[in-house]
Formats: sequence, C-alpha cells, structure tokens
Amino acid sequence: MSTTVAGVLFAASLVVAIAVVYRPLGDYMYRVYAGTRHSRFERVLYRLIGVRPDAEQTWGVYARSVLAFSVVSVLFVYLLQRVQNHLMLSLGFKPVASDQAWNTAISFTTNTNWQSYSGEVTMGHVVQMAGLAVQNFVSAAVGMAVAIALVRGFARKKTDQLGNFWVDLTRGVIRILLPIAFVGALVLIAGGLIQNFGSGHDVTTLAGQTQHLTGGPVASQEVIKELGTNGGGFYNANSAHPFENAATWTNWFEIFLILCIPFSLCRTFGRIVGQNRQGYAIVSVMATLAVISLILTNVFQLMHHGTVPMAAGGAMEGVETRFGVSNSATFATATTLTSTGAVDSFHDSYTSLGGMMTMFNMMLGEVAPGGTGSGLYGMLVLAVITVFVAGLMVGRTPEYLGKKIGAREMKFASMYFLTTPMLVLFATGLGLALNAGRDGMLNSGAHGLSEVLYAFTSASNNNGSAFAGLSANTPFYNTATGLCMAFGRFVPIVFVLALAGSLARQGSTPESDGTLPTHRPQFVGLVAGVTLILVALTFLPALALGPLAEGIH
Amino acid sequence: MRIPSWIRQHLAAVRALLVLTVVLGVAYPLAVWGVAQVPGLRSHAQGSLISADGRTVGSSLIGQSYTDKLGNPIKKYFQSRPSAAGDGYDPTASGASNLGPESVVDTLPDPKLIAADKPDPNAKTGLLTTVCTRSRAVGELEGVDGGRPFCTKDSGVGAVLAVFGDRDRQGKVPHPTRVVSVNEEEGVVKTPFVASYDGVKVELAKYGEDYSKGLIVPVRGDAPDKPAVPADAVTASGSGLDPHISPAYATIQVKRVAEARHADPAAVRKLVAKYTTGRDLGFMGEPRVNVLDLNLALDRRYPVK
Repeated sequence: MSTTVAGVLFAASLVVAIAVVYRPLGDYMYRVYAGTRHSRFERVLYRLIGVRPDAEQTWGVYARSVLAFSVVSVLFVYLLQRVQNHLMLSLGFKPVASDQAWNTAISFTTNTNWQSYSGEVTMGHVVQMAGLAVQNFVSAAVGMAVAIALVRGFARKKTDQLGNFWVDLTRGVIRILLPIAFVGALVLIAGGLIQNFGSGHDVTTLAGQTQHLTGGPVASQEVIKELGTNGGGFYNANSAHPFENAATWTNWFEIFLILCIPFSLCRTFGRIVGQNRQGYAIVSVMATLAVISLILTNVFQLMHHGTVPMAAGGAMEGVETRFGVSNSATFATATTLTSTGAVDSFHDSYTSLGGMMTMFNMMLGEVAPGGTGSGLYGMLVLAVITVFVAGLMVGRTPEYLGKKIGAREMKFASMYFLTTPMLVLFATGLGLALNAGRDGMLNSGAHGLSEVLYAFTSASNNNGSAFAGLSANTPFYNTATGLCMAFGRFVPIVFVLALAGSLARQGSTPESDGTLPTHRPQFVGLVAGVTLILVALTFLPALALGPLAEGIH
Repeated sequence: MRIPSWIRQHLAAVRALLVLTVVLGVAYPLAVWGVAQVPGLRSHAQGSLISADGRTVGSSLIGQSYTDKLGNPIKKYFQSRPSAAGDGYDPTASGASNLGPESVVDTLPDPKLIAADKPDPNAKTGLLTTVCTRSRAVGELEGVDGGRPFCTKDSGVGAVLAVFGDRDRQGKVPHPTRVVSVNEEEGVVKTPFVASYDGVKVELAKYGEDYSKGLIVPVRGDAPDKPAVPADAVTASGSGLDPHISPAYATIQVKRVAEARHADPAAVRKLVAKYTTGRDLGFMGEPRVNVLDLNLALDRRYPVK
C-alpha cells in the first residue's frame, strides 16, 4: 500500500469513527445537561462546594461564576508551581520562576496549554497531576458550560435564567470527561503509555552511555489533554514523545479523542433547540472546513515543496518514523482546528505552506470543530453574523432559531469576532517592533516572522501549539502570550454569555416566508463562506509576510 | 452577618476547585495507576523496560545512540536517526530541531578558532547544511552515494548562492554583479561548487561578511530526487527519542553491520525483516524497524567484543 493510500484510509477511518459517535455521544451530552436529577455523588459535591444545584443564574451571575472559578484556578496553579520544592514527588525540581509560573497558570486555566517550559525538567508529578491535569478537565468543562448556556439562550423564551454554572461544570467533569478519560487512559496504557509515580530509571545503554528514562503519571494526563482539547504535554516533545504516543494506533486514538466532543456537541445543540437538523447544519459547516484543511495540509506536506524538504527527500524533519508525514499532517490539522495544540510532529519544520495551514486553521477562530465547547459557541456566533449578513442582502430582519438578531445581538457577536484578530495582530506587531520580541526567533527572515505570528495566533486563540523554535521562556513572551491567552479566552466568553442573556430574554418569532432557512446546504455554504472571507480579509496581509513569502517563489 | 455575593462566589470557586482537585488530581490518576497494575498493562505502565544479561538496557519505546565516546558510530550496531534531544537521545531534553524548510544559510565559524581547533559559539549551521553533512557521513559509513539535491558535491554543505545586483519586478536579479557561495568558507573550501553564475565568477564566503542584501538562490545540482541515503537518516525526529528507523535506512546498514560481526549479510537482512513492523491494521503509520530490539537480537545471535 502506498503512503498516500494509507494516509487517506487513516483520515477516512477517523471521519467514519466521528460520524459513528456523533449521535450517541451528542444525545448523551444532551441528557447530561438537560437532566434535572442529581446523583448522590453529585449532591455530596454540591454540598461541599456550597451551592444550591437547582437555583439558576442570570447571564451576569453565570459569567461572574466562570470568572471567579478561573481566577481562583490561576492563583492555585501559580501557587503550586511556586512551592513545588516543598511538595511530594517534586523530583528535586526548583520552584518555577514567577513569570513562567504565571504564564503556565494562565495557559492551563484558559484551555490553551501553551508551554514555555519543558515538562521533564520543570514540573514535579504533583504539579502535573493536581495542578495541570485538573485544569485540563475543568477548563474543558468550562468551555462546554458556556456553550450550553449560549444554546439555552436560543432555546429559552422570556427568561433571564441560563442554568447553573456549578452544576454544568460538575456534570461536564463527572458525567462526560471523567468516564471517557478513565477508559481512554487504560486504552493508552495498553498502547504503551506509562503510568507510575517513580522518578525514572538510569540505565546503561548498549553503547555504554547513561540514559535517564523518565517516569510519571503520563497516561492519565495524556488522555484528558486530548479529550479536553488542551494540549499541554507531560514532556517537552508533547505527543511526539513515545511515552505520550507510543504506537501508530494510539496516534489515531488521540486524534479521535481530540475531535469526538467538539463535533458531537452539535448534536447536543440540535437536541436542546429541538431541531436536530440545525445541529446537522452546524456540523456540516465544521466538517466542510475541516476536510478542506485536512486535504490541503496533507497535500502540501506530501509534495514536500521547499529547499530542505526536497534535499531530504521528504518533510521528515521533526516527524517520527512510526507516524510518517501523512498521519502527522492529519494530527496537525486536528490539533490546530480545535483548541488543542498538542503536536505529534513539529510545525516549525513543516513545509512553508503546510505550516501556513496550521496557522490558518487557528485563525479560523478554531471553529471547525474548535475546542470543547468553545468551538460550538464560536461557530454559533459566526452563524449569527451570517444570518445578519444574509438578512442585509435581501432586506429582511435577520432571525436565527426564532430569535431576532438585532443591534444588541450583533454588537456582541461582532465584538466577539474582533477580539482575537485584534490581539493577534497587535501583539505580533509589538513582538516584531521590540528587540525582546525579535531576539526570540530561531529562524531568520520570513520564517522568523512566522514564528512570532504563530505564537500570538496560538495564544490568542487558546490553541497552545507553537513554531517551537521561538524562545518563549523570556519575560517578554511569558507576559505577552499570557495576556493574549487571558483576554483571548475571557473577553469572548463574556460576550457569548451576554449574547445568551439577550437571546433568552426574547420571545420566539414564528417562521415566515421571509425567514432564511438555517438547516439547508445554502446556509452551510453561507456560513463557511462568511468564515473564510472574514478570516482571509483579516489575516492575509500577515500571512503574506510570513509563510506565503517563504513558500511561493 | 451577610457575606456579599461576590465573595460568596469566590468561596464557592475555592471550594469547587479544591473538591475537584481531590477527585481529578489525586483519586483519578491513582485509580488509573491501580488498574494498570494488572498483568499485561503493568510492564507498559512501568515504561516497557528491556533487560539483557540481567540488567536493564533501556526501553523498547525510547531510542538510543549507538556511538562511541567521540561520537563516532559503533560499526556493529544499526544506527538510529539523528536526534535533537540534548546531546542525542536524552529523555530529559526531548524535542526537535525546529529549523524551518528554508533554513539554508549558515553563520560561518571564525577561521582563527578553526585553526585552533575550537568550536565557535557564534557559528550556526542551517538545516540544509546539516542535512548535507549527515548525508555525506552516512554515505561514507555505508559505502553508498551520499549526494543529495541542493548539496555541494565536494564540500558537502548547502549549495546556496547570494546573488547581488538590481532586482527586476519579480524580485529576480537579471544582471548579477557579484555572486557568493554563502556556505563555503574561504580557507575551509578551496573552490566554490560552481565556477560561475550567469557569467559572473562565484566567490567563496568570507568570515564576518554580511550577504543578507543578496538574493538567496539554492542550487538544485544533478543529484537524484530519491537519494541513496533515505530521508529519515538525515533528519531529526520530533521527540529526539524516535526508537525506529525506516526499512530503507536499515537496508543500507546491513552490509556494514554484517562485516563488523563477521556474519552473513543475508542472515542479518533476515533479522532486519524479523524486526520490521508493517503499518498497524495495514494503514496506520509507516513501516519501521525498532533499532534497540534489532541490535539486542544481533548481540545475542552474533556476539562480538
């Protein structure tokens, strides 16, 4: 079998697997968020947290709960890192430096998982387990909670109640993420991942050298890193490391974990608004964009255009033998289309155009399918913008799912959309203007610019992957990317919840002849088109200076 | 006393985080670890360690370097891929080179330091020259042609010219005034890889001179598209700990290993085939050879001192 055919089968089998779980997983998540009963274990948790699970919240209270939980999380993760030398299983590591600890705390709380540190020589086991991995769970659950709150805004009428954040958070963690993670961790161990609490082994190799084989609770962290679209690896090499991604089929499984919840949430959306076809429309937009990106990235990587890839005879720099070029490109597509940012190969050494695709995927706003929850709410905001644009074209009042999209709704939607591009372009400009920013580049010329652009694109969109040549552990980058991550996560969340509150307050407008049907291929095409045009207009000039300048002769 | 609501929210947040930390950060990893103690999973959870002659020699998942103290390949062993992890295959420094596809220009070392046989800390080798150098070394070791596209034939560095002169509207230089072979240093290389370019004599690069104003032109040369030395032999992996090489790279090493072990090349080839894994389920990943498993099998079957 040729590499290309095998690569196509690999991607196709993933598409089939995601399609198979779409309904059952989506329906299950619907029951989780729509259910009114609390399990005994959950009741205990609510009592310990000190909240009344049946009391619903307005959008403002919901937003303040999200922010309070996130602020506390940042402080806790920061503190753990700063005192790690006093903790058990610290492996003798020093406290993490303050700027790096701050950056890492923000990074994991915002579901970004940008790593300015190298896990194997910086973080003890307790920080990894009780700090970072916990955030892997809860930051994903926060994203899902916000998405569900927005969907409730569409589904509910004449109310200011959007649900209870603490209940949505707890249910997302306990009923969805934890069971899948537990089974998935064991599957990954069967594939060869490690799970122990040791400090590792010193062995003498065949050649007589000493090699320190590391230990750690890797499998339990790896699985939620993918499932929660987090991406922060136990090791510096992330999912390229054999202890994080041992076999070719664990690679397949990890991509599946990345994609399963973000796609299936569209089903949950359809169920909550009471029209499954609306879910199918949204998932079709996501799938269309994802498949186009997948094909292009694979083609660019397999054609291996560019001086060094041609000299080497393949784009194998930064790529593991067991995965090969095509499966690595597929992983790269999945990780940048979602907010994951885990890598099984190093994007900095990709062909110019292949590397550009990974950047473009993030610039899409990570909506195809996007992060757990954040993908769905991002795509719904784009659908709102599309309805508005389409309404302007035919001169009618725009409506989506029975809700009028008026000035107030459009203000929230546009401010949501503008936040990340502003952060990306402003911070990149700043990075290129300052010596402190330019000093971090490993590569020179256009590729150096790409490294900086990638860093801020990744941080502002809460992705977390990198053109890793950039020396990101400097006070400048730790501070700047930290700010981008925080604003890139929480400003849009506030706008989304405000939009949800505004929608929930409306009644329902009955469908009329003038209503644009939002479940037909026409609408799917419109949303995909609006997404591509908005992104292209925003980012093309920046891409032209980086990867396009490098890749097109 | 009534607590203001914003404080109550933060109290709930603190309590929620602590409770979830106990469940997710302590109980969950312990539970996974507990179940992973069953036979079959246990050895994996410990790191897939391999023993030989009663001592642990490594992990079947983590690659090793098979070089002597000076960094030269040990001839009786199949060689791993180049590694960017520390000094090579260091699991405490996993990672990739991160050099880009157009990393083609070197920063040359100070000739005074070269004469004193000292490394120049300011010198930087681009990815292209690194690939060319590796290819040449592998070619010499295995007795195959180490030539590649975009590599100079004699000096074995990146074949790259800086072309000076006025640019036209496409950014090309129609009438060059000066051409420099940027990776070939005067004093190290005798003559540039091409004598002239567009009728202009090609110069060797001088230490410390800035060629960034010139148009960078990599020169393809006449090496075949598929060189004898395969791609994985000249590129560093993502983790720097890649335990595998491609079957093609193993094949060109057979002759040398068989000679060093006084073994029949056909028998060694058979052993390579035995340790070659195809794609999982026929379509996942790429065919590959586990180097540590193969070298251990060789030590057992064809021991040499």
